[in-house]
Amino acid sequence: MTTAKAAAIILAKELRLEFRTRELLTATVIFALVVVVLFSFAFDPTAAESRRYGPGLLWIAFLFAGSLMLNPSFAREQNNETLDALRMAPISGFAILLGKILANFIFMSLAELVLLPVFAVLYNLSLTGIVSRLILVLVLGTLGLTVTGTVFSAISAHARMRELLLPLLLLPLLTPLLIAAVESTTSLFAEQPALDRTWLAFLAGFDIVFLTASWLLCDHLLEE
Amino acid sequence: MKARFAITALVALLIFCAGYAALFIAPDEATMHAIQRIFYFHVASWNAMFCAFFVAFCASVAYLVTGKRKWDALGVSGVEVGVMCCTIGLITGPLWARPVWGIWWTWDAKLTSTFILWLLFIAYLLLRGLVEDPEKKASLSAVFAIFASLDIPLVYLANRLWRTQHPQPVIAGGEGSGLDPTMSKVLLLCLFAVLCVMILVLVDRYRLELLRNEAAELRYEIESRGLDASNGQETPALQKGAQ
Repeated sequence: MTTAKAAAIILAKELRLEFRTRELLTATVIFALVVVVLFSFAFDPTAAESRRYGPGLLWIAFLFAGSLMLNPSFAREQNNETLDALRMAPISGFAILLGKILANFIFMSLAELVLLPVFAVLYNLSLTGIVSRLILVLVLGTLGLTVTGTVFSAISAHARMRELLLPLLLLPLLTPLLIAAVESTTSLFAEQPALDRTWLAFLAGFDIVFLTASWLLCDHLLEE
Repeated sequence: MKARFAITALVALLIFCAGYAALFIAPDEATMHAIQRIFYFHVASWNAMFCAFFVAFCASVAYLVTGKRKWDALGVSGVEVGVMCCTIGLITGPLWARPVWGIWWTWDAKLTSTFILWLLFIAYLLLRGLVEDPEKKASLSAVFAIFASLDIPLVYLANRLWRTQHPQPVIAGGEGSGLDPTMSKVLLLCLFAVLCVMILVLVDRYRLELLRNEAAELRYEIESRGLDASNGQETPALQKGAQ
């Protein structure tokens, strides 16, 4: 079986599992919403201020939500030791990881799609005219977040206090991604919206570096 | 044992000479005066930190390729010693910055990057503490160390593109840069001395880790034999061990 086909099957399994209950998605959206609302108490969200701080706030909410949402990705395979069953299947380790990365990418993107309009309304920012460019930034940023997050979820699944450990491993590593994503989102929310190509290239570079590293290291990650 | 003692004494003498040279032989800096002398140990600790983390990165790759436990021991030793050097750098930095820049801390590219580096490798040490199974601990922390090492240049690049306040490279930064010849000799001595201290500690830490691994294996063996013995039958392995 090719890696792509095996990854598609894993992806379908993850999606079926999630859409039976939708609990992960609901919790993620609510959590990010709580963060966004809490930030409104930290500073006055008038239009000028929101242009300056809004993108940073939005990405921090995504990062926090992501570091919590990604945790069950491998941890829930531990309950019935289903990861052993997956490992025994005649598919490559990377197919398992890729399927999970894609599933997490879809969950995270769905949460972002729900949050973005709410955020724009609450912080009085206009999305008209920048939606397609914003989606490009979101896709690149979310890909980096889910690639590293899924790998670290496989790491933290074997540890005690895994819910606390995952953000500790993930958030410092994601600082370059945060800077690049915030900077490119800020330039889109400015008075004269522009797509910052340097930061966009940086985001793409981040994704490529860590996707390659996951591909090279996935067998060590999943070995028994 | 004798050789180790001799080497330790030699490194102690070397670091003493480096300290003396930095305090009394190096010329006074024109604008910063005495406080500038912290430079010799500030720069030297960063240098030692990069070497230690480089050792940790190489050891992690070697562990994943060969699967030999000694590489894992070297990896954790490299990270621990690197974190120690990083902490020294993060403490001497603000001590120098306060009188010279007027502030303890600034979110400049180099400071932010090293702070993130410090956090990443503290997370590595935490991860090791939280995984029970020794095999899992070794392979997962090696994967994390490689990810963290790949992140370092990205963190630096992102911060560099974003904002920076650190001085332009003084030593090899093109025209108009350069140190007084005596200063650069003292700096070289200090770089070498701190590097030797780092290597000494690293080797000792590596030995300790190997001994710990051995002790853990022996304890495991004793415990598993104890379980067999409690069944009322002495296993052949136990009899063999008693002889």
